[in-house]
Amino acid sequence: MTAAPILSVDDVQVAFPVGGLLARDAILGVAGVSFEVRPGETFALVGESGSGKTTLARAINGLQDISQGAITFEGVRIDGLGRARMKPLRRRMSMMFQDPVGSLSPRMTVGDLVTEPFRIHGHGGRNLRDEAVRLLNLVGLPADFAGRYPHQLSGGQARRVGVARAIALDPALIIADEPTAGLDVSVQGEVLNLLNELRERLGLAMVIITHNLHVVHHVADRMAVMYLGRFVEVGETGTVFAAPRHPYTAALLSANPEPDPDRARDRITLPAEVPSLMSRPSGCEFHTRCPWAQAKCAAMPPPAGDVSCHFPLSPGARPPPREDRP
Amino acid sequence: MSTLSISGLNVHFSTEAGSLHALKDVTFDVPERRIVGIVGESGCGKSTLINAILGLLSDNGEVRSGQILFEGDQDLARLSRGQMQDLRGPRIATVFQDPMGALNPVLSVGRQMINIQYRSPQSRAAKAARAVEMLKLVRIPDAESALGRYPHQFSGGMKQRIAIAMALMMEPALLIADEPTTALDATLEVTTIELLKDLQATIGCSVMFISHHLGVIAELCDDVVVMYAGEVVERGTVRDVFRAPAHPYTRRLLECDPARQSRRTRVLPTIPGEIPDLRQRPRGCVFAPRCLERHAGCDTPQVEHALAGDHRARCNLAPARSPAAVPP
Ligand SMILES: Nc1ncnc2c1ncn2[C@@H]1O[C@H](COP(=O)(O)OP(=O)(O)OP(=O)(O)O)[C@@H](O)[C@H]1O
Ligand SMILES: Nc1ncnc2c1ncn2[C@@H]1O[C@H](COP(=O)(O)OP(=O)(O)OP(=O)(O)O)[C@@H](O)[C@H]1O
Ligand SMILES: [Mg+2]
Ligand SMILES: [Mg+2]
Repeated sequence: MTAAPILSVDDVQVAFPVGGLLARDAILGVAGVSFEVRPGETFALVGESGSGKTTLARAINGLQDISQGAITFEGVRIDGLGRARMKPLRRRMSMMFQDPVGSLSPRMTVGDLVTEPFRIHGHGGRNLRDEAVRLLNLVGLPADFAGRYPHQLSGGQARRVGVARAIALDPALIIADEPTAGLDVSVQGEVLNLLNELRERLGLAMVIITHNLHVVHHVADRMAVMYLGRFVEVGETGTVFAAPRHPYTAALLSANPEPDPDRARDRITLPAEVPSLMSRPSGCEFHTRCPWAQAKCAAMPPPAGDVSCHFPLSPGARPPPREDRP
Repeated sequence: MSTLSISGLNVHFSTEAGSLHALKDVTFDVPERRIVGIVGESGCGKSTLINAILGLLSDNGEVRSGQILFEGDQDLARLSRGQMQDLRGPRIATVFQDPMGALNPVLSVGRQMINIQYRSPQSRAAKAARAVEMLKLVRIPDAESALGRYPHQFSGGMKQRIAIAMALMMEPALLIADEPTTALDATLEVTTIELLKDLQATIGCSVMFISHHLGVIAELCDDVVVMYAGEVVERGTVRDVFRAPAHPYTRRLLECDPARQSRRTRVLPTIPGEIPDLRQRPRGCVFAPRCLERHAGCDTPQVEHALAGDHRARCNLAPARSPAAVPP
C-alpha cells in the first residue's frame, strides 16, 4: 500500500489522574502506541478488556485528551483541537460507541437519531425524512422504526441505529468500538458487509475494536494486540492468525470459542491475576502471566518492534510452560 | 423437577401502530442443574422473554397467556410485584447485556456489593470480605482498592465482571444471563464460562444463558433453544441441535457463523430478507418468507414435532429429515 495514511497515531499516551482531586498520581490507560491506517484499510484493535482500546478510540476522536504523542488525520494534527474545532472533522471521521443503547438519547426518535448528523453538520437540501428511510433501509430496519424510541428497540436494533448514524455523512474513517457486539451472526454479517461495501465504494478506512476474533480474521487487513495500554504485537491479520509470535497473542487466539460442542480445545491458560495499572510489572509487563517467562523478562523491557517480546514464539511452536518462571 | 418451566407464553406490546405479538406460544424447560442457551436473530424476543420471567416488561408490554413455573410451584406470570421482588436477586439472579444496568454510577462498587447483601446477618467487615472474594473470582485487579472506586473508573469488560460477581454473590437457584460475555475478550470469556460452569456445579443452580456467540453456547450449554420472530423453532441438547439442526432457520444461522468460514472472506454469509412484522404475523410458518425450502405445507400453522430424544423442531419437514423421528 502506497497511499498516504489517513490516520497516524504517534506514541500516544493517555493518563488518568487517580485518587481524588488533590492526588498527583496518574495511571496510563494508553501507554504509548503508534500505528497508521490508510484509505480503504481496516485496522483491528484487539486485546484484554481494560487494555485501553476504548480510551485510544476516544482519544483519536477527540473525546479524550492525550498526555503525550500526536494524532494526525488527513494530514492535520488533531490532538488538542478541542470540541469546537474538532466538529467539522467529525463529518469525515465518525465513531460507533461501545454501548449501543446508552449512546442514543432516550428522548429522540430513531428517525431523529439517524438524521441528527445532518442537523449538526448541515443537510445540503436533503429531505431528512427520506434520508431516515434510506439509512434505516441500509442497516436492515423497517421504515416504521423511525417513530420508535431507543427503549423500544432490542439491543441489536439499537446497534444498527448506531451504524446508521455513523455512516450518515459518508465519512472517510470510522472508528467502530464493538460494532457487532449483541448482533446475531446473520445481522453481524449484514453490518460488516455494509461497511465493506462502503470501503469498496468510498475507500472508507476503519479502526475496528472487537473481542470477536472470527470477525477480525475475516475483515481486518492488519491488527494490533493490546495489553496494559501498549501494543504487544502488530501485523498482517493472516500472518498473526497463522503464527502468533507474542505469547499473549497466542493465548488469546487459543481461547477463541468454536461452535462445535465436541471439538478438542488446546488452550493456553493464563494465570488469573491481571496486573494493575497502578503498579505495572517490571521488565516485560506480561511476564507475570506468561507461561514462558524467563529471568530476563522480569528484569528488562522487551525490545521495540512489531512483537514486544524477548523470546517470541517461532511459527507453529508451542513449548511446554517453563518451570523456572520468575 | 425443572427449575423453570415455561408453557404457552404469549406476550404483546401495545404500540401506536397496533399490538405487537412479541412472544408466541413459547414453551421450554430449564431443568435443574442444567445450562440452557437461547439463541436467535436480534429482535426475536430473547430479552422480552427474560423480562416476562422477571416481571419487568415495560409498561406497554403484557403477558396475555401462559405459565412460567419456578421450582414447580410458583407461577411467575401471576406473582404480585412484591412477591417477585423477593425472588429477584436472592433466588433468581440476572446479568444483563449492559453492565451499567446493574451498577449505580454514583455509589462505589464496594457500597453496592455490601448493599446487595442486606439480608445477610453478617458484619459489615465480613460482607466487604465477601465482596473482595467475589471480585477476585472474576479477576478484578487490586480487589481491595476496587471497592472504593466508582463504575466509570472501570473498563466495559471490568464492569461486566463486577456485575457477574454481584449476581452470583447470593448463590441463586436460577441465573439468567443476557449476553454476559459479549464485552469480554476471548481469554476472559473462556474464564468466565469456566467460572460459571464451576459455580453452577458448586451451588447447583440452573442457568439460562443468552448469547449470539454460538461458540460460547457450544462450550457452555447443555441444552439450546432456538428462537425466531418470537417463537421457539427448535430445542434440544446442544449436540443434537448443532450437529443435526432440524429447522431451516437453525441451519442458516449456523451457516452464518464466521467461525465456520475457514477461508478468509470479506463478504460474510447472511440470511436475506427481514423478520416479519410482528403486528401481522403470517398464518403459516414465521420463517417461510425467508426459507429456501418453502412449499405449500408451510402456509398452514406449524406444530412442534418431537424428534429423537428431547430434540424438537417446529417445521413440517423435520420428521422426514430426522431418521429417528417419533410421531408427535
Ligand atoms: N475516566 C477514567 N478514569 C480512570 N481510569 C479510567 C477511566 N476510563 C478508563 N480507565 C481505565 O483505563 C483502562 C482502559 O480502559 P478502556 O475502557 O479503554 O479499556 P478497553 O480496552 O476498552 O476494555 P473493554 O474491552 O473492557 O471495553 C482501564 O484500566 C480503565 O479502568
Ligand atoms: N417496549 C417495547 N415496545 C414495543 N416493541 C418492543 C418493546 N420492547 C421490545 N420491542 C420489540 O419486541 C421485539 C423483541 O425485542 P427483544 O428486545 O426481546 O429482542 P432480543 O431477542 O432480545 O434482541 P437482541 O438480540 O437484539 O437483544 C423487537 O422487535 C423489539 O423491537
Ligand atoms: Mg472498551
Ligand atoms: Mg436482547
